[in-house]
Amino acid sequence: MIETFYDVLRRQGITRRSFLKFCSLTATSLGLGAAAAPRIAHALESKPRTPVVWLHGLECTCCTESFIRSAHPLTKDVILSMLSLDYDDTLMAAAGHQAEAILKEVKEKYKGQYILAVEGNPPLNEDGMYCFQGGRPFVEKLKEMAADCKAIIAWGSCASWGCVQAAKPNPTRATPVHKVITDKPVIKVPGCPPIPEVMTAVVTYMLSFERMPTLDRMGRPAMFYGQRIHDKCYRRPHFDAGQFAETWDDEGARKGYCLYKMGCKGPTTYNACSTVRWNEGVSFPIQSGHGCIGCSEDGFWDKGSFYSRVTDIKQFGIEANADKVGATAAAVVGAGIAAHAAVTALARARNKTGIDVKQGEQ
Amino acid sequence: MLAEQDAFEAERNARMVKAVYVYEAPLRLWHWVNALAITVLAITGYFIGKPLPSLSGDPSEQYLMGWIRFLHFAAAYVFAIGFIGRIYWAIVGNHHARQIFLLPILNRHWWSEVFYELKWYLFMVKEPKKYVGHNPLAQLMMFLFFTVGAVYMIITGFALYGEGLGVGSWADQMFGWAIAVLGGNSMQMHSMHRLGMWVTLCFVLVHVYAAIREDIMSRQSLISTMISGWRMFKD
Repeated sequence: MIETFYDVLRRQGITRRSFLKFCSLTATSLGLGAAAAPRIAHALESKPRTPVVWLHGLECTCCTESFIRSAHPLTKDVILSMLSLDYDDTLMAAAGHQAEAILKEVKEKYKGQYILAVEGNPPLNEDGMYCFQGGRPFVEKLKEMAADCKAIIAWGSCASWGCVQAAKPNPTRATPVHKVITDKPVIKVPGCPPIPEVMTAVVTYMLSFERMPTLDRMGRPAMFYGQRIHDKCYRRPHFDAGQFAETWDDEGARKGYCLYKMGCKGPTTYNACSTVRWNEGVSFPIQSGHGCIGCSEDGFWDKGSFYSRVTDIKQFGIEANADKVGATAAAVVGAGIAAHAAVTALARARNKTGIDVKQGEQ
Repeated sequence: MLAEQDAFEAERNARMVKAVYVYEAPLRLWHWVNALAITVLAITGYFIGKPLPSLSGDPSEQYLMGWIRFLHFAAAYVFAIGFIGRIYWAIVGNHHARQIFLLPILNRHWWSEVFYELKWYLFMVKEPKKYVGHNPLAQLMMFLFFTVGAVYMIITGFALYGEGLGVGSWADQMFGWAIAVLGGNSMQMHSMHRLGMWVTLCFVLVHVYAAIREDIMSRQSLISTMISGWRMFKD
């Protein structure tokens, strides 16, 4: 039998009296009335907690570092009372064979019930030899654990898009999770790393409501990735007014003008940084004076400079952007027209003066 | 096929008045409104990607970038709605109105006329043929660079517009898929849309040049035709 929320609360020393008070209070605050209190109590007593298995592929652990800094809800609460984090090689006490045994146990005991959280991605080249865990390629471990899970959470840009290890030329063929596991729902929580509160909120939502959050077209939870940084940026009025920082140390930069001209990717980045912010809401990149680099967007490493809005388009060779390609094409067309007009005028002048160039003379 | 019809029409009319009514009033109106919209779109679009020098002062008193973007979006609506109107006119208008939408690609004769026109532009033949509507090469270019180009710019443009309107907006629902098709990072879409502006600029250069040149060289009216609707044949 899987442990329920009630079991965990009792284990943490909370009395049944306090528990029932909590249920009544929750029912009241949700506006559900007195009849709902026993139903909430019943749900918490009988609903098993969803086990979560957290795997680490080719990654830098920045997602975990971010996750453990969550303030609302505190990660302690998430880990200890809301979710049953049964396996996480970074946070767990067990190691070696003991740790690997847990994977097998979860897979068998909670078949089709556990959530698989994946941080990082599997490299597929050389049969996955570039990421080796417990004596086998990570991709094997991922496929094995994905086979019996309920849903997958792809943590960070690595698991969602590929991130830096998948940047061109991607020697290890690092591949995002949704391209390896195609038969399970994958919730992408991109970012390098994702915002801690976003991570815990996604987990909490799934555990509380026992369903996936609403996803956008790209498979990200719409509640956090439904708007661009630009849409809620506190510097947006400066953008609309046409006030920009032109260099890093000019008057505009000091006055906190819009960083658009410095290449800020806020207008093309879907994330909650400008609303949720980082480190308990202290700041976020733009507030610190640097433009957004678009770390939660697909292939942000390969989309040209962080410091330009009109970025390079790789198909047109190294360091060519839309303006360079376009201006060159326009110049060529213009020169062609000038030359064509000149030849036309010449041919016309010849015809008028009666000098007809005969075929033989050419 | 069309060229033959054109030639017949021209011949029949030339004997009498030496002028043919080609472009009907709604089409002519659309042409110039569209030209204005493209001009506004290109200029404002350029400054959206690379904004004008920064302004100082209180942001509540200025709205420069806002106005530039407003003009761009307003012109975009004019362009897109005009394009829909143009499609409607292709259906109800005369057969010249259909030229830039339907290419007789299965017609061998039409292709030979395309190559004849190409030779004319490469100074390989001395005399141009006369056409009442677009010449076949012009028709091909209009289709590839204007019709296809306009559809491309409308799709990419409104996909980007949908990002500002927000997820679930009409533009996002109708055109948002285009961003996903390009991989989901709309930075790519911005670059591709901007490239479209440069392609349009190249098209405008060639279009204006060819119109002026043919007006002189082919001894038939082109520019005034788009104003009056009548094509005059000078000999």
